[in-house]
Amino acid sequence: MTAPNDRGVVWLGSPAFPEAAREALKDGQLRANLRRATATIRDKRLSVSAELDDWEQLRDAAAAIKQHTARHLDRYLVQLEESVTAAGGTVHWAADAAEANRIVTELVRATGGSDDETREVVKVKSMATQEIGLNEHLAEHGITAYETDLAELIVQLGDDRPSHILVPAIHKNRTEIRDLFAAEMGRHGIAAPEGLTDEPRALAEAARRHLRHKFLSAKVAVSGANFACADTGTVLVVESEGNGRMCLTLPETLITVMGIEKVIPSFADLEVFLQLLPRSSTGERMNPYTSAWSGTTEGDGPSAFHLVLLDNGRTDTLADPVGRQALGCIRCSACLNVCPVFERTGGHAYGSVYPGPIGAVLTPQLVGVDSDTKGAAASLPFASTLCGACYDACPVKINIPEVLTHLRAKVVEAEGGRTVEALAMKAAGKVLDSPRLLTAAQKAAALGGKVLARDGRIGRLPGPLHGWTDSRDTPAPPTESFRSWWRKNREGGTS
Amino acid sequence: MSSREAILARIRAAVADAPAEEPPLPRAYRRSHLAPGADPVGLFAERVADYRATVTRTDPAGLPAALAAALTAHGARRLAVPAGFPAELLPPGAWQWHHEPLTVPELDGLDGSLTLAAVGIAVTGTLVLDAGPGHGRRALSLVPDYHLCVIRAEQIAADVPEALTRLDPARPLTFISGPSATSDIELDRVEGVHGPRTLHVIIVEPREPA
Repeated sequence: MTAPNDRGVVWLGSPAFPEAAREALKDGQLRANLRRATATIRDKRLSVSAELDDWEQLRDAAAAIKQHTARHLDRYLVQLEESVTAAGGTVHWAADAAEANRIVTELVRATGGSDDETREVVKVKSMATQEIGLNEHLAEHGITAYETDLAELIVQLGDDRPSHILVPAIHKNRTEIRDLFAAEMGRHGIAAPEGLTDEPRALAEAARRHLRHKFLSAKVAVSGANFACADTGTVLVVESEGNGRMCLTLPETLITVMGIEKVIPSFADLEVFLQLLPRSSTGERMNPYTSAWSGTTEGDGPSAFHLVLLDNGRTDTLADPVGRQALGCIRCSACLNVCPVFERTGGHAYGSVYPGPIGAVLTPQLVGVDSDTKGAAASLPFASTLCGACYDACPVKINIPEVLTHLRAKVVEAEGGRTVEALAMKAAGKVLDSPRLLTAAQKAAALGGKVLARDGRIGRLPGPLHGWTDSRDTPAPPTESFRSWWRKNREGGTS
Repeated sequence: MSSREAILARIRAAVADAPAEEPPLPRAYRRSHLAPGADPVGLFAERVADYRATVTRTDPAGLPAALAAALTAHGARRLAVPAGFPAELLPPGAWQWHHEPLTVPELDGLDGSLTLAAVGIAVTGTLVLDAGPGHGRRALSLVPDYHLCVIRAEQIAADVPEALTRLDPARPLTFISGPSATSDIELDRVEGVHGPRTLHVIIVEPREPA
């Protein structure tokens, strides 16, 4: 129904991941910024998630709710449409980025008012609108979209790209931000004060002054959604700064663009997600502000509410029995912060609005691995060491390593082939799925390792496998697998 | 075919492989993380303060004085007061109480807002406003830079699941956990960006029986 190239998601002209990563690794400042930031947030997340001794039960429930919703997605979307409509909102359906952009542009124009008013919208940070390239589309039609989240403002003023789902300007340090504010704010509205320092408090104050008038005068706001409850039509935006509340409350018209996978069955299900999301995302017990609204309310907030339901590759993703679990993502970004690859390359190397481990499984599925954009997207499933830290951190238990290996096989197949790697990945998938086959494989590896290893390392693998060992040693497989050791030592030797 | 029909058809085709039998949703998580016997009001006060909000505990008789002390400490003189806020609670003194209708620029010119709340959540230190009497519309507690909020002890739920059962999703809801904040610059937390930069919560507890 849609050409994958119309879907956005990836930045056109992005190099494949290995090339982009090589460039990023040369930037020592970037690596220092990232290491400090991800370490801070990892510690915060661990300490607040450890406060809940049923964290695993909450993850199980979240994963099950998302899985259940996905298998009945048609029913829940129709129910959501009914609930939102009954509460005074209007629901639109967009098959792809182009259609969503067209709908939003027409809605902005239809709000009437003077030319100036209809040429400006304020925006709440939203992954869905980034994915479809809404700001660029609006600009082509003479409408300026002002990002109001502090980090998005930094990215927008710098004509830059976001590098993290939660903190999109994580690649910039305070001095770079100060210089940017001093140089650019005046060109888009209220200038930064004279003598602006690089203290975060001073920078936040400059952003407050810069955006204040825009909030108070905007007629139209555009947002994304973290959740939408099918039973009540309640839509939620989870945020910290209050820019979300400003956009959701003050303008006359609110347009929310939401991926179809954001629907959850009921308002009561929020009891799971509102515990998991803030703790996984910012490492707080609760984020400063969450707004929840159902349609419109007389005398409070926008008088017109439009909800745009976006497919844009999600139904393709849903059709893949292994890959569909990626649709459970609640965009917390915990997987980015624990990923050893992301910590070193940063987000830009992924060439997508969705970076990090979740981006590596979501991006290729949304745009397809055999599309013209495959250079960047198809390289992403390989942007991982398969260490599994992302799976452990994921509050909705998306088995990212499983999806990565699955996608690797798909990419290699799409590239024409029955290459050794494609066969190996396929075989690995089968073996890892079966305890019997895994035991057999581990025994065989132990034997093979004895033949090839010197001092516990395998320097060069024979035959077509040499590509793996050309640039790295491979540790010799242990002579005994952990599973077999466990059986002998912990289960009374019944093997 | 409309995009609506096309998307729904693609979903149905995509999940056609799902087995008919579906296991029940596992809901083995706790309804509350409040320790048995622990005081929800004390925990709420502690957790709200963790967000660097100011917390005062008082009893009904002490409320007007507590309000006066809070306003004096912050230097707030011109306050937005929503419809339904009990007039008898307003302390006597040199304060200007501004009532609706207030335009957004008028709200922006005030020092703060004084509201009630619908629900509190002890474990997360969260207030929830639902635009009910004494809460005002959402803009009222958002635009002024200082938010002084009064909550009664019995409105404090132990944890998120219980709080949600007390709320009406048909109303516009605002969950507030501390003052506005950002960590967007080097993940260094700064209180106060666009929402009220100062949050003061007054908890009203029944007077101890003599």
